[in-house]
Amino acid sequence: MALDLARWQFGITTIYHFLFVPLTIGLSVIVASLQTAWHRTGRTEYLRATKFFGKLFLINFAMGVVTGIVQEFQFGMNWSAYSTFVGDVFGAPLAMEALLAFFLESTFIGLWIFGWDKLPRRVHLACIWAAAIGTNLSAYFILAANAWMRHPVGFEIDPTTGQARLTSIWAVLSNDQAWSTYLHVVSAAFIAAGLFVAAVSAYKLLTRKDEREHELFRRTLRVGFVVTLVAGIVVTVSGDHQAKLMAQYEPMKLAAAEALWDDEHAAGFSIFAVGDIQDGRNHVNVQVPGLLAFLATGDFDGDVQGINDIQERLTAEFGPGSYIPNVGLLYWAFRMMMGLGLAGVAVSVVGLWLTRGGRLFRWDWQYRLVVAALPAALLANIFGWILTEMGRQPWTVVGELLTANSVSPGVSLTEVAISLSAFTLIYAVLAVVEFGLLAKYVKAGTAAVMPYPENDAAEPDRTDDDRVPAFVY
Amino acid sequence: MDLPLVWFLAIAVLWTGYFVLEGFDFGVGALLPVLARDDTDRRVMINSIGPVWDGNEVWLITAVGATFAAFPAWYASMLSGFYLPVLLILLALIGRGVAFEYRGKGDTARWRARWDTVIVLGSAIPAFLWGLIFANLVRGLEMGADHVVTASVFALFNGYAVLGGLLTLSLFLLHGAVFLALKTDGPVRVRARAFAGRSVLVVLPLLVAFVAWTGRGGALAAGVVAVVALVAGAVAIRRGREGWAFTATAVAVGLLSVTIFGTLFPEVLPSTTDPAFSLTIANAASAPYTLTVMSWVALVFLPLVLGYQAWSYWVFRKRVGRDHIPAAH
Repeated sequence: MALDLARWQFGITTIYHFLFVPLTIGLSVIVASLQTAWHRTGRTEYLRATKFFGKLFLINFAMGVVTGIVQEFQFGMNWSAYSTFVGDVFGAPLAMEALLAFFLESTFIGLWIFGWDKLPRRVHLACIWAAAIGTNLSAYFILAANAWMRHPVGFEIDPTTGQARLTSIWAVLSNDQAWSTYLHVVSAAFIAAGLFVAAVSAYKLLTRKDEREHELFRRTLRVGFVVTLVAGIVVTVSGDHQAKLMAQYEPMKLAAAEALWDDEHAAGFSIFAVGDIQDGRNHVNVQVPGLLAFLATGDFDGDVQGINDIQERLTAEFGPGSYIPNVGLLYWAFRMMMGLGLAGVAVSVVGLWLTRGGRLFRWDWQYRLVVAALPAALLANIFGWILTEMGRQPWTVVGELLTANSVSPGVSLTEVAISLSAFTLIYAVLAVVEFGLLAKYVKAGTAAVMPYPENDAAEPDRTDDDRVPAFVY
Repeated sequence: MDLPLVWFLAIAVLWTGYFVLEGFDFGVGALLPVLARDDTDRRVMINSIGPVWDGNEVWLITAVGATFAAFPAWYASMLSGFYLPVLLILLALIGRGVAFEYRGKGDTARWRARWDTVIVLGSAIPAFLWGLIFANLVRGLEMGADHVVTASVFALFNGYAVLGGLLTLSLFLLHGAVFLALKTDGPVRVRARAFAGRSVLVVLPLLVAFVAWTGRGGALAAGVVAVVALVAGAVAIRRGREGWAFTATAVAVGLLSVTIFGTLFPEVLPSTTDPAFSLTIANAASAPYTLTVMSWVALVFLPLVLGYQAWSYWVFRKRVGRDHIPAAH
């Protein structure tokens, strides 16, 4: 029971954390790019866009930071057996993440927030880039740690303690599962961030409160689309690679995600299936012939392993027990991830075409569709993680440690119930507050972060002699 | 070189850095209702730590991450053993971090007042609980041969640990007040100086009691120097030497941490059930390969981190006064 609650807590806190992470990863780079554009061209519109999206970025960033602290402590609090077993290997990338990335991110974000009008322009621009690099670097370390759980490499089991022992940090950091996952997760993050910029711009173009900012949002709408499109290409290519790695390292996850019950030659890709999980078979299964075999092996005639057969092999290798994850959940998580993610990319492709050469959307529903693409992209990110983490079950470290043996033996059911309730409650409240603030600043528009000049006179340049920090708190 | 010892020292340094740095921003946060008379005062106080508090907090993240990498069993037993206090600290840090960013973004006085409450509690609670946790570490916990802590949450509130908690809370308040005296101007500065001068009278007996109760050997010497530093700080603040006063309270906080880790050595989590069950530097450490890798990483990157963090303090070295605070936005 304490195990179930600990798993629920990890699921809830991690999914919640990951609502903010993709936006932070992508928006940090987008805001830095907008500021670079201002720095290069000197055009006020870019500065205005930087400040407007920078504000939204910071509202989101704060949530990502504070919910991230929980993640680092949670392994020790709820998963002490896991922590003791993997610490020698898993702790290293986490410590590196803090030392190399978190310091960079948090120190330079402070310099950026308070450094407007205080630091020389070039230095101030470097600060947002340093923060963006820190953010994107931190993702690599944590994903290398996560990849190790799915494909453990560069370690041995210590014969006296029975615990994992690092033998090659290079193997852990260059794990093909690590860099492949990095490309996939970060590109998915840029899809979410690109659609965030597009959705906010679409909303502003739809409501047309302030004609002065119309041109700015017409441009940022396209910026959002372009980011989404480029990220969409990377997400597709890396996703294909992820499927092949999954077939190789975690065949059970792939079989469950496809509801493929038995080993199959030239397996088809399931579009829609209704199955009997107890019985281990499907009643209905609409398939594209040979496509799964192609995705998993690169050959339409390839062999793909099925759930029942893998279960037999795992029982033979690791002893009796069920090695089958939640098939129904994984099957639909896989489809939701791909469907919602690709829908978001499709919106951006069509959107780019419709807005070419200074054109605008003709109908309001087109703007609304762009707004709806943002939650779709965030959900796609979340479903991707549900597939990854639930598909690894019953293992925490594939082939090495079961989830059931990972939990803290000394932490009581009451304690986990308290923490689960407390996190859920505070996170729910903060979600409402955060959404309210984002909505407020989106509605207030660009004039709220940078007033427009009274008449048509030239816009005043910043006063570089006034070297007082921007006391924004 | 004895790598586990090096990493014990490295982790002690990281915690010490954390207490010295976040100690003052905890103090500033908790002193909001004491030293501010209006919203501008509160904003002077919050903005004085605004650019740096997040970077200060990363010292904690790094200390915990380094413990995970270098002493997995210590990390696991400590965080699961102090489950509820650690949970409270996390909730406090979540609320506090969001509050700094969000308090200025609402329109009503009620909105700001609510976030101010979160800042005060979010600063005071961890300031107390870190002292409670580390005093319990020094004292030892009920722990079996499997290194699973069996102490109940009520057992954590023993006299020695509560003294430790009150000490860190009051010391961080003093440290924060001295920081405000150094970094602000106007009425907040005046009140912060007065508060610092008075609060020494509370902190000093607590520190003396804690050091006397804790100390043995070299750690005791560090504790005695901490007391001396605190007295020097009191003298300096009364003479208006704010820079020296801040140096002195920083040294006092740092040496308190040294006293704690010095007393802990060579154990990292002593067992009161049976000393044979204690986690020690030797039996909790990761293998030499991991420690070697981490040593190189730290050797290259820690100086870099120190460099740019010091630079950020240099950039924001000027005092914050009421005139600097722009209209609400």
